[in-house]
Amino acid sequence: MVNIEGLHKKFGKNHVLSGLDLTINEGGIFAVLGPNGSGKTTLIKSILGMVIPDKGDISVLGKNIKKKSEYRHQIDYLPQIANFPSNLKVRELIKMIKDLRQNTDTDLHLIKLFKLEPFLDKKLGTLSGGTKQKVNIVLTFMFDSPLIILDEPTTGLDPISLIRLKDLIQAEKAKGKTILITSHIMSFVEEVSDEIVFLLEGKIYFRGTISELKTKTNQPDFEHAIASILTDNHA
Amino acid sequence: MKTFVQHNLFYIIFFIGFIGFSQTIEVCGDCTITSLKEAIRIAKDFDTIVVKKGTYKAHDIVIDKPLTIVGENYPVIDGELKGEIITIISDNVTVDGLFIINVGTSYTEDYAAIRVRKSKNFVIQNLVLEKLFFGIYIEKSSHGKVFHNKVIGDAVEEYNSGNGIQLWYSHHVEIEHNYIEHVRDGIYLEFSDDCLIKNNVSALNIRYGLHFMFSNDDTYQDNTFENNGAGVAVMFSKKIRMYNNTFKENWGTASYGMLLKEINDSEIIGNTFEENTIGINIEGSNRIIYKHNNFKNNGWAIKVRGACYTNQFVENNFLYNSFDIAYNSKVNDNVFDKNYWSNYTGYDLDKDGIGDVPYRPVKLFSYIVNRTPETIILLRSMFIDIIDFSEKVSPVFTPDNLMDHHPQTKKVTW
Amino acid sequence: MLKILKYSFFDLMRSRWSYVYFAFYLLLGVVLLFLNNDLSKAVITLMNVIIVLVPLIGTIFGVMYYYNSKEFTELLLAQPLKRSSIFLGQYLGVALSLSISLILGLGIPFVFYGLFESSAIWDFSLLLVTGTFLTLIFTALAFNIAMSNENKIKGFGYAILLWLFLAIIYDGLFLMTLIMFEDYPLDKVSLIGTMLNPIDLSRTLILLKLDISALLGYTGAVFKQFFGTSFGLIISFVMLAIWVALPVLRIVFKSKKKDF
Repeated sequence: MVNIEGLHKKFGKNHVLSGLDLTINEGGIFAVLGPNGSGKTTLIKSILGMVIPDKGDISVLGKNIKKKSEYRHQIDYLPQIANFPSNLKVRELIKMIKDLRQNTDTDLHLIKLFKLEPFLDKKLGTLSGGTKQKVNIVLTFMFDSPLIILDEPTTGLDPISLIRLKDLIQAEKAKGKTILITSHIMSFVEEVSDEIVFLLEGKIYFRGTISELKTKTNQPDFEHAIASILTDNHA
Repeated sequence: MKTFVQHNLFYIIFFIGFIGFSQTIEVCGDCTITSLKEAIRIAKDFDTIVVKKGTYKAHDIVIDKPLTIVGENYPVIDGELKGEIITIISDNVTVDGLFIINVGTSYTEDYAAIRVRKSKNFVIQNLVLEKLFFGIYIEKSSHGKVFHNKVIGDAVEEYNSGNGIQLWYSHHVEIEHNYIEHVRDGIYLEFSDDCLIKNNVSALNIRYGLHFMFSNDDTYQDNTFENNGAGVAVMFSKKIRMYNNTFKENWGTASYGMLLKEINDSEIIGNTFEENTIGINIEGSNRIIYKHNNFKNNGWAIKVRGACYTNQFVENNFLYNSFDIAYNSKVNDNVFDKNYWSNYTGYDLDKDGIGDVPYRPVKLFSYIVNRTPETIILLRSMFIDIIDFSEKVSPVFTPDNLMDHHPQTKKVTW
Repeated sequence: MLKILKYSFFDLMRSRWSYVYFAFYLLLGVVLLFLNNDLSKAVITLMNVIIVLVPLIGTIFGVMYYYNSKEFTELLLAQPLKRSSIFLGQYLGVALSLSISLILGLGIPFVFYGLFESSAIWDFSLLLVTGTFLTLIFTALAFNIAMSNENKIKGFGYAILLWLFLAIIYDGLFLMTLIMFEDYPLDKVSLIGTMLNPIDLSRTLILLKLDISALLGYTGAVFKQFFGTSFGLIISFVMLAIWVALPVLRIVFKSKKKDF
């Protein structure tokens, strides 16, 4: 699904990614973890073409993405901070994104699911963070693309919406899609992901299932396992 | 007194008698008389010669007796570029309705299409002059009229072209309703006093539309001077009255609507200066009254070059000029009062139609442009506005007493 | 690109700021007409205001819009859209909405005052054309600054500096240079100096209309050819077009390289 070879990226003097290789197979939920500044977002943005790599190749669905935009038809992306043009109404934003990509009816179902009907004619600027995130989720899941990338999807969600989101992710997985997630909420990651990648200083420190990680670090639970990687490396 | 009347009466009767017996002589291609020269030779005093339509090749035609020469349907007198065409040396001559072309050009003699020499009571009217050197040349003559002529030259250079209408040592001449273009000076007066120049149009001339030298007590009014090298030059003269003329589009490096040099005790009233590089350029001129003039869209409305004292600029309109007044010295002895300045930015709180803050028409930038002409390209720049403002607050380079204390808030009407 | 343009444009047309600018220009037009009572004079005053104010507003608004719509931009970047169309679309959206605020804001009071029956209509049209050019140029410059500076404060700082430099400081240096080298023939230098600053360039266009009588008073042959014929007008417009094209090209270029 996604194939990354020798990815390098510097921001100024800061080496964010240094020679990262990663292959993500088709199907399943894949979590990218790592401390702040480990290059998670940079990695995701590189796949999306928002960050231009200094070196290395990325291919999505077997095609090199360099200087291309069409491949993004195959990706649904949920950005980290959902801050939309504040003068647009929710309805208009949805319509606009549809206009830019393709038409779909899935949004009606999603709007109902997240109970967004009362907000449809409100301007985005007046919405709360959680509601914005719901809109964000609607925008992401309303298209039927084989690759879904979620950057901190749980931000600001109330418990009920969180459950709905998890259901949604599982449903997409069931359709055989590939889902890429970053999150700080370890319990969420533990619950949904099939495989994790742990990034440290721009390199892959660990890749495998959560149980493999627990075995490797000799820790009984996931959160401690992560913590032990961090303390070991910073000591 | 009685003898004076009798004396005159005698002349009048004598004169009427002549008209009564005067003959009309016709000149045409198949008449008995085929040339103007011959007609003049056989004519008696106060006869009328009628020249019929046709082309007559002739030059050096001398009119030496009081005659009336009238052209019918504009007969052409062709000088074949051989020299002067008509010379009048007698009093009481009228020349009317001829089409005179091809005056000879010379660098030693001023050949004219028609010359009046030492004569009185002449009338020159309805002539059309083309391909000329000098047009109408009036020399040491007086009490004549130059009326409704059309002078179309083809002058290119100053040194080998002549003037449209020239007066030299003449007085009491009226020049009215003439149209003059493409000559050196449209109308030129030298040592000529008490003349009236009225309702003429002088355009597209190489040097000046109208030019005065050493001529006093003259009046010119209701004329239009357009697109000339410079509109009007008034030099070394006094007591000139300049009323209701229009000076337009005199563009160029040394181009003025009006150039005043060594002029004293004159009046400039009711004129319009529009789109000239310099509206009026003044040098060494004193005691002149400028009143009720419109200065509109000129580069410089008035440029004062120095040595100008006790002039008065009152109740004029200064509208949208790039510069209103330029001064090249710090000394000012002239009065600016009750003018309307479109560049005035003050206020009138008591609503009496007079701005509460005096207006300073001289800008620092005009001083800079005077020094480094290329800086003109920065005109209307914000930086220039800033330095102009600071100069306005505390004058350093411009005369600090040069102010209009009663700037009008509405256009002056009269 | 047209879709982005459409959305940016509608977004801006609905924003408070567009109305603020529209209202500002409207007020400016009305006040000038009211104070001057004279169309020609109002047009002249307006010209002085426009060549300074339009760049300022274009710069500030361009920078502000860019920073404010950063998240929106990121949303768009994740969509299957070309980068250059995203930025050109946004740029044109801003520039056009500003231009429309300018044209309508100034146009309405003047039209009501009887512009169409007045001889000032050509001057006024030139004014609007120049204003639009300046908006296009300075919004593009603002986008360039904002794209090169992630730091908002820095971006605003540079934008203001740019405006200050081109509107005032440049002319100051220019004047000093001309005075310092006044013994040399300077007409070419002064024309080139004008071409290199879009504000000066627009001013020249206005001078051509308002002050042609004064400009022709200068002797230089190059000057004469420039101002005395339509040559100057054509060159000025070509240069203005280049001034629009260069920063826009850099937006395209930069947008392909930039990380988000």
